[in-house]
Parts: sequence; structure tokens; C-alpha cells
Amino acid sequence: MDDIPPYPPIDPTTFDLIVIGTGLPESIIAAAASTASKSVLHLDPNPFYGSHFSSLPLADLPSFLSSHSTSPSPPRSPSSDDPNEFSLLEFATRPLYSSIDISTFSPNLLDQHSRKFNLDVAGPRVLFCADKSIELLLRTGTNQYMEFKSVDATFVGDNKGNLWSVPDSRAAIFKDKSLGLVEKNKLMRFFKLVQGHLAGEQDVKISEEDLQSPFVDFLNKMGLPPKIKSFILYAIAMADYDQEDTGVCRDLLKTKDGIDQLALYNASIGRFQNASGAFLYPIYGQGELSQAFCRRAAVKGCLYVLRMPVTALLVDKDTGCYKGVRLASGQDIFSQKLILDPTFKVTLPLGSSPPLPLKEKLPFFSLKDDKGKIARGICITKTSLKPDISNFLVVYPPRSLFPEQVTSIRLLQIASNLAVCLPGMFVLYISALCNDDDQGKKLIHAVMNTLLTVPLDSESNAAVQSETAEIGSAVQDETSESSSGGPSDSGEEKPTLLWSALYSQELTLGQVDFICSTPMPDGKLNYNDLIDTTFKIFQEIYPEEEFFPETSLENPEVDGDASPET
Amino acid sequence: MHGRPRKAPKPEDEAASSAKAQKLRALQTQFFTFHHNKIYTKEAVELSAKLLEINPESYTAWNYRKLAVEHYLNLPDCNPDSIKSVLDDELRVVENALRQNFKSYGAWHHRKWVLSKGHSSIDNELRLLDKFQKADSRNFHAWNYRRYVAESMKRSEQDELKYAEDMIYTNFSNYSAWHNRSVLLSALFEKKAGGFLLKEKVLPEEYEFIHQAIFTDPDDQSGWFYHLWLLDQTVTTDSPLLASSWPGHGSDVLLVGDRCYNGSAFSPFSALHSDSGSFPIVLYFNQPVGGVNSSTVTVECGFNKNEDLFWKPLSASNSQTARVWVAHLKVPSSDLHSTVEVSVGHSKGIISTRGFVYSHPSMFSFKVHVQPMERDSSQVSVAENISLREENFKVYGTQSEESIIDSFDQLIIKNGHETTASNWRFEALAKEIECFRELLSLVDCKIGKLTLARLLKAYDAMSYPFANKLVHSEEVLELYSDLMKLDPTHYQFYKDEHSIVLLQKVTSSKESLLQHCFQYKDSASSAICDPICLRLNNLSLSRMGAFEKLLWVQMLDLSHNELQSIEGLEAMQLLSCLSLRNNKLRSLTTLEPLRKLKSLRILDISYNQIGDQSIDTTSIGSRNSKMNQKLL
Repeated sequence: MDDIPPYPPIDPTTFDLIVIGTGLPESIIAAAASTASKSVLHLDPNPFYGSHFSSLPLADLPSFLSSHSTSPSPPRSPSSDDPNEFSLLEFATRPLYSSIDISTFSPNLLDQHSRKFNLDVAGPRVLFCADKSIELLLRTGTNQYMEFKSVDATFVGDNKGNLWSVPDSRAAIFKDKSLGLVEKNKLMRFFKLVQGHLAGEQDVKISEEDLQSPFVDFLNKMGLPPKIKSFILYAIAMADYDQEDTGVCRDLLKTKDGIDQLALYNASIGRFQNASGAFLYPIYGQGELSQAFCRRAAVKGCLYVLRMPVTALLVDKDTGCYKGVRLASGQDIFSQKLILDPTFKVTLPLGSSPPLPLKEKLPFFSLKDDKGKIARGICITKTSLKPDISNFLVVYPPRSLFPEQVTSIRLLQIASNLAVCLPGMFVLYISALCNDDDQGKKLIHAVMNTLLTVPLDSESNAAVQSETAEIGSAVQDETSESSSGGPSDSGEEKPTLLWSALYSQELTLGQVDFICSTPMPDGKLNYNDLIDTTFKIFQEIYPEEEFFPETSLENPEVDGDASPET
Repeated sequence: MHGRPRKAPKPEDEAASSAKAQKLRALQTQFFTFHHNKIYTKEAVELSAKLLEINPESYTAWNYRKLAVEHYLNLPDCNPDSIKSVLDDELRVVENALRQNFKSYGAWHHRKWVLSKGHSSIDNELRLLDKFQKADSRNFHAWNYRRYVAESMKRSEQDELKYAEDMIYTNFSNYSAWHNRSVLLSALFEKKAGGFLLKEKVLPEEYEFIHQAIFTDPDDQSGWFYHLWLLDQTVTTDSPLLASSWPGHGSDVLLVGDRCYNGSAFSPFSALHSDSGSFPIVLYFNQPVGGVNSSTVTVECGFNKNEDLFWKPLSASNSQTARVWVAHLKVPSSDLHSTVEVSVGHSKGIISTRGFVYSHPSMFSFKVHVQPMERDSSQVSVAENISLREENFKVYGTQSEESIIDSFDQLIIKNGHETTASNWRFEALAKEIECFRELLSLVDCKIGKLTLARLLKAYDAMSYPFANKLVHSEEVLELYSDLMKLDPTHYQFYKDEHSIVLLQKVTSSKESLLQHCFQYKDSASSAICDPICLRLNNLSLSRMGAFEKLLWVQMLDLSHNELQSIEGLEAMQLLSCLSLRNNKLRSLTTLEPLRKLKSLRILDISYNQIGDQSIDTTSIGSRNSKMNQKLL
């Protein structure tokens, strides 16, 4: 940050709202507040939009991750006593990422073209064609700043390297080659039951008792075979934890929620004419989403300043009320409200308690209980995992790779036609919920070893190999002789890994501060939960304002405009 | 295009449509002026285009445009460029009209007409079709036109099959795509001479394919239709076959001048009273055929010249094709014992209605014994006074069982050549039966039951020549009874099927048939000349069937059934006495088959519903008088 050019002072110096960080929740709040005619200053210490939701060039990703992996930085300026009427509370950052492990197997090729990559920091992530993010994009007209393509299919993987297509629609069930006739019949009848229930048909209503029972019990009651159960639970309803092992399952899906997930999936398929699957992915990566909302906010008058760290919080000496922030440039900016990126934290003077008026406002949004961490992996290859399809999702249900696997592992392959990598290359995003870094690494490596050939000529590679030796070797042996019955061509060579980045991300930071912080990237596949939380934050700070009122739509866009290009 | 609920028009919609109507009326008036005065100027032609773009259903406008095109093409300064531009204009107008309504018959027809002029690129048509078929994948106009285009382009059936398959994969609820698939496959079957080899390979794959659709969604009917077509392809042999005949092969025919015959050496199935000096030869084919005449069927006997035989089709309509053909063989009035040989199809000429040649020549022979007439007045009166009353029937005795064993087997012609070619058909049917039993164990599904009943029936029919019994008939009857309860709207259809299966069951074995054979015996008759009456009364039959087994019947009691039709009864040429009392026959038209029964002398049609229907749709005025002569 030494090369930051001196900034001209920001004028005006007073705003209704200051937002620090340009992650997706912050950007949506900035856009919503600007739409509600609030004056907003949106700051980001980074030179790019999106912070933890951004898509970064290959060379920038490791440095971004490591800059957020160290322990809280020591206070920059120890002077906490200002001559004027404010107290200064220093900002510090808290580490979000750990166990960062970057491996390069083809340095020349990738270094030269680092800027051709747009790697998502919070991958894998997609938008369901009918989910809240799409509704929000359409309602706000933000879709005009973005283009999407369809993620064409969902597969379920097994430990032999096979990828089984998920029969997620009537046409897909008909077409499916792996299901038997009886299985097809049972699955379709289940889908019809759900559709009938959702349509409010009286004779097929699912009872309230069933709705409140665990989804997995309901599926058992419907007599669905294990294979289909697994498809529905993990590849359609996207359950995270093993639903059949209550000992390890931290998030047991209720039938009601399961049905809601199926409804979302079902509504997503075929919503846009040229999207063949249920999901969309933005061209140039997920970072575009934050950027689009920032543009939306800017159109409504929000002021943007990037590369502008903030150093301290200004609070009233007497009342303890929030007043403003001090920027790295030394300027003090004032506002009524403040929204912070979740990695910021305020260091209180030792032994002091937060000023009273703020304390009352305390945990209006404290994240749920400890949910552990999420392990993420990004791999770059030169060949697709499936020969004839380039953008798709793979789900490894719990226990599908090794017996101790208690969470689903999701993998998203995105090809260069989405402008995220060099032509002819593919980016694989992998993630899994885990208790700690070691468990997370094991999960990510299990997928990599099943699907990829990891070259031996890298220094960090040895670690990869040894760490997963127990799982990997067993799995790889089986793979080489994997049956020809599988849908993936067993004769095909596994794609070779060119580059990988593995890291663990905190899911919760004990949010016991007195400032309003946005959520950090969660472990979900889409943004639904994040958008819900963002909406709540907006309501909290502006209870009297509508969140993007319908009338704010100045370019009435038709549905078709959000549909991807083909 | 499908499954969109109809909305009530809003006031502004109604206003718009009345404005449109007004505009249309003005256009139409002007258009008719041009049309009647044969004005084909640029403005006039453009006006018709405008009219058609608003209302593609205007047939007159399409015809006017055809006339205009002919007019331009016949101009003296006409050159290839101008022809092309005229025709391109037409294609453009059609395309616009189709955009307005792509179910317009007139527009599609016009396009075909323009294309047939041969000046336009056909490749363009496929592109257009892809667009339309994407918009509405089930539009049968587009599919029809596609077949025309594919044929003109000489596009291979395989390419088109692939296209149909892709459409099916997109959405298998698509009758048009399945239908196209059946049309294409039929064309491929026909191309390979000797058909069954190809069918043998293709049909099992097609069954596999359609199972995916049926099991995925048994409520969707498009798949069932295709399955029915496959079943038909599996069951029907291309080449027609002779199913049965009267007299049967190896039988002895006794012709007597009165109703009595002497001795029990002759089977009741082949003894015949005749006072016209002739007896019929009946050929019963497994499907309607044409071309039966004295050159395709030769009858050799000592007393009649083959050339004199006149073969007549027996069908309800007066077409020249029928399943049943009859010829009358004249016999001398003196004592005679002679062998008759009948050869069918040794020279080509018998062709099924579907165009397949009768290719399995067969031969049967029988002996004729003539007893000279004894003009005894007391015996003639017996025939005149027959009354089919309960007390007059006796269970058919056992004294002549020996002869019946032989003669029962003579009722059916066994076609040995079928067996080798049919193995795959058996396998296919057995597999289907197993498959649908499984489906029914999963879901209760009407059409699944119907299909299983059809499969079992087809399987029984196919295995009958070897098994000599109908293994599944009880199950089939149960399925149809079930369906009558489950699906009351189609009650009559199930009832008819039930009746036919029941009749097939009754006629399937000697034992079951004998239970329905009774000796007619009244006070006036003597013990030795009791005629045999087949009593199929009180079976709640709604229609008749199994005629191939009943060609021998002379006395038939169908009373106390629910017959609404006696279609097919014309095959029973020997019938002389028939009771249709207490049935549900509604009109004299339904009695039409009786006109072909030349030996019928006694008919009871009391207690029916003739005349209940106020309108009899067929005029039969002149026939009534003839019929009345036969009525008791």
C-alpha cells in the first residue's frame, strides 16, 4: 500500500451512510441506501471491487488471501487521544483465511497470463435461475451491467471418478441411463407429489407432520432407493451435512425446507429459454456481482473511493456515539450510520467497555452458532473433467469418497467461455464445510485425487501427496480399473493439475462488536442466505425505508434480459 | 402452445378485436373486388398479403395468390430471376402468415405449393422448420411439412430419426415426434425386403426406449400410443395367412337333402343340410385381403370346374377386400363320394390391404358325401317349426366324441412356417408382459392394465397353435372387468374386448366348446336327426368374435346377451337358425351382416331395442322388405 497516490480530500465530509468494503452485502446495502436517496460514501482499502466476494487475477489471489490470514495488525498510530471532541478507536483486521497452500506446476504459462484469470475468492458459487439474487438483479435493473451463461448440468461423483448426471427434471429422468425403470417411476412420482403439493392440490398435500419431520425420513417413507435419496438430498436440495447420521449432522433438513429447495430448483430449470440447467454463472466471474451493485449505487449518487484504508472510528467523547471514521489519508469523514466489512474490528482501549449507546444496539445481527470453517480449493486444468461439457456442478455426497466424510463436497467447473481463464483451460472450484483446517484439506484433496492427476515436480506437491496417501492411493487404484459402466469415459486420462490454491475460510467471527458488520461468504452454493441477512441489516439501519422499492425500476427489463448468452 | 389456460378477454382486448374485424372487413371487400376482376397488379397482390398476415385462414386469398403467381409466371418477359423473386415473395408472405398462426392449413399448403414449383431452395425450409418446431415442438403441421421437405431433400431416414429423437429427449410428451418416429421406422422396415430381420433388431431397442417414457410418467399418453404401434408391429405378420376354412382339412362333408343325417360317423361340425344343390367353401384370413379368385385359389374335384367358382368377399362395406371369402360349389344330385382339394395362393395375386403379398401357399382337402334328397313332407316341416326354447335343448351327448376330437382340430389351419420366424416376437412379448406387471406393481394405472391385457391376449394368440390353450385368458378377463369398473367412460370398449376374449376362451378347447353345444330336440323330431346348436346365451356379450372357430355353426343361440352389433357374423355362412332375442340391437342397420347369410332361414330378433333410436342413420328402406321375408 506504499504506492497509494495522495488522495484529494473527499468532499463533502458528511454522509448519511459510510460503507467500508465492497463485498456483495456491502454493495447491495450501498445500492439500496442510495436508491432510498441517502448520501452514501463507499470505501474499500483494496484497488478492486468485491473484497471477499471478488474475482482476482491469478497472481493477486495468493497475496489477497495471505493479507487476510495474519493476526490482527498492530495499531497504526498509537495516538488515541485527539485534540478535538472525538475518541479514536483503532481499526484492526482479523484473519479470515488460514492454511493457504498454493501449488504451481506450470509457472511460465500461468505467470505470463495472470491477468487473463478471474478467480473467485468465495467459490464455488452459482445463481439459481429463480433464486433471490436473480430476483434482486431483475428488480433493481442491475442485470443490465452483467451477462450470464448457463451451468449446463449437475453430476454426482463417486470415489471411482465417475460422474453421474442428476435426473433433476422429467426430461432428465427420461434420458437418464443409470436409473432403472422402477427408480425412474419412483423419482418422477416423488417430483409430481412435490409439484402437486406446491400447487396446492388437495389430494396430494403433504401432511404438516411430514413437513416438520426430517426430510430424509420423508424420503424413506416415500420408498425412494438410496441412490435417488442421495441425489435429492445433496445434489438438488444441496444439504451440507450427512442427513442420515444424526451424530454428525449439524443441519438436519426438514421436509418443509427440502421441499422449498426442490421448488427453487424446479422453478430454476427452464426459467430462461437459453439456460439449459438450473444455474447461471456471470461472465468474468462472481466478482462482477458486487461490481454491478456498486455501479447501481453509483448511478444513484453513491460516492466511491477505492484504495482507501480507514484507520479509526470516531466516537463522541461524551456520549460514546458513533460519529465518523478517520481515513488513511488523515481526513475525518462523518456519517450517521456505518457499515463494515466483516474483517474489520475495533480495538477498544484496554479494560474499557464499549460506550453505552452503542452497546444497546449490540447483537442485532450476531451470526449463528459456531459453524466451523469452510475449506476451499481452486484448481486449473487444461482438460475438462467431462469431454463434451464445460460448465457444470459436481456434488460428492457425504461418505461418497471415504467413510469419515461427513459433509458434501461441491465442485464447479467453469470454462474459458465465461472469461475466467485462458482459452482451453478450466477452473475448478471446490468447497466443503469442516471443523478444522486438516479435515478441510483432506476433503478437498480427496476430490482432487479422484479427478485429477497431480504432477510430482512441485515442492508443495509432496505435502499434497503424503497428506492424502491413505485415501488417495486406494482411490486411485480403483480408478485405473474403473468399470466401463460409468458415464465418464474410463479410457480418458484424468486432467492434469496446472495450479491450485487451497485455503480455509472462517465462517464465523464472534460478532460481539458494537458496529454493524456484513456477513462473510458462507458455505452455500448460492447467495440466498446472504441476501436475507443483507436485507435484515438494511432494515435495521433504515427501518422506515423500503429495500429497493418497485418504483425504483427505471429501466423496466424483461426477464429475457437476464438470460445468458448462448 | 399447450397447457396455457384460456383467459377471459378484457374490455380493451374486445375493443381491439372489433377494431381488427373492422379493418379486416374493409380489406376483404377490396380484396374480393380485385379477385373477381382478376386484377393482379402489384398493389392488388400486396393487399392480399396484408390480408393474409392478419388472417392466415383466408383460403380465397391463398388461392388468389396462386392465380397471381401463375399469371406472373406466364408473362412473356418472364425470366429465371423474376420467377425467383415472385416465388420468394410468396415464401415471405407464408412465413409472415405462419408467424401470425402457425397452425394455418392454408399457409402450410401454400408453402408446399410454392416449393413444388421447384425454383426455391429447399435447404432454407429446414432452417425455418427448426425455428417453428422449437417454438411449438408438437405442431403437427410443421411435422407434416417436415416429412415433405425431408423427402424432397432426400434426407436420410436416419437423420430424421435422430431429429425426432432429439425432440423426444427435449420433451417426450410429443405425439408428433413419436408418430414421426413410427413413420420413419415403417419406411425403413419396408425398404429392407424380408422385413423381420430388421424388425427383430429394432423393435426390442424401441421397446427399451419407450419404457423410459412410460415408467417416468405413466400418465403421459404419447408414449402409450407409440407402445401400441410397437405392439402392432410385433404381432402382425406382414404377409396375410389363411386362419381357417370350412370345410376343414381332412373333414368329411355330408350333404343331405333334409335336416337328418344317418349314423354318428359324421361330425356335427361338417354335416350340412342343403337343398340348393350347392355348399359353400369359406376361407378365413387373418387380415383383410383382396385378389381371391379362381386363379389364386384352385378347387379341384371331380364334379365341378374350378373356373366356374365365383369367390365373393364378405365384408360390411362393399369393398373388394375382406377377411372372409366364400364360393359355392355345386354338387350333383346323385349319390357321390368325392375328394375336394383347395389350394390357396399358389399363384400370386392375394394381397393384404396393407399391400403385402400372400406368400405362404397352403392346401387343404376334404371329402364330400352326397345323399340324394328324399322329398318327404313330414321331415321338411321339422325345419320350419324349430323353436329355440330351453326345454328343447339337451346337453350334447358323448356318443360322437371321438369324431369331435378329430374335427375340433380341423377347425384351425396350422401355419408351421410361422414358428421359426416368431421366436423374437415371443421373447419381445414375454419381456413386455414382465415389464408391465412390474409397472402395475408400482402404480395403479388404467392404460397399464389395458396394455397388459393386450399383451397377454397377443401372447396367447401367438402361442395357441403350440399350446392349444389360452393360458392367460382368465387374467385378461379379470383385467377388462377391472377396467370397466375403473374407467366407466370407456365401459363399452372394455366390454367389447371382454366379450371377444371370452369367446376366444370358449372356443379355445374342445372341452369348453362342448359345454356350449346342445342337441336340439323337440317333440316332433326323432333321436337320430337332432341338429347341434351352439348356445352362447347369457354370457353378457356385447359383440361377437372368434368367428374363425365357428364357421361350422348352423344353429346359434345368442339370446340374453348385450349385443349392440353382430359385426362379423357374415363369416358364418352355414348359419340357418339364429336367435338374437333379448339383446341391445338398436337398429335394422346393425342387422346388415345377416344379408350375407344365404342359408339363414330362422331368425329371432324379439326383445331388442330396434326403433328406440329415432333416427336410423342408414337408409335401408328397400332392404327391409327382403329382411321381412326371413323374419318369423
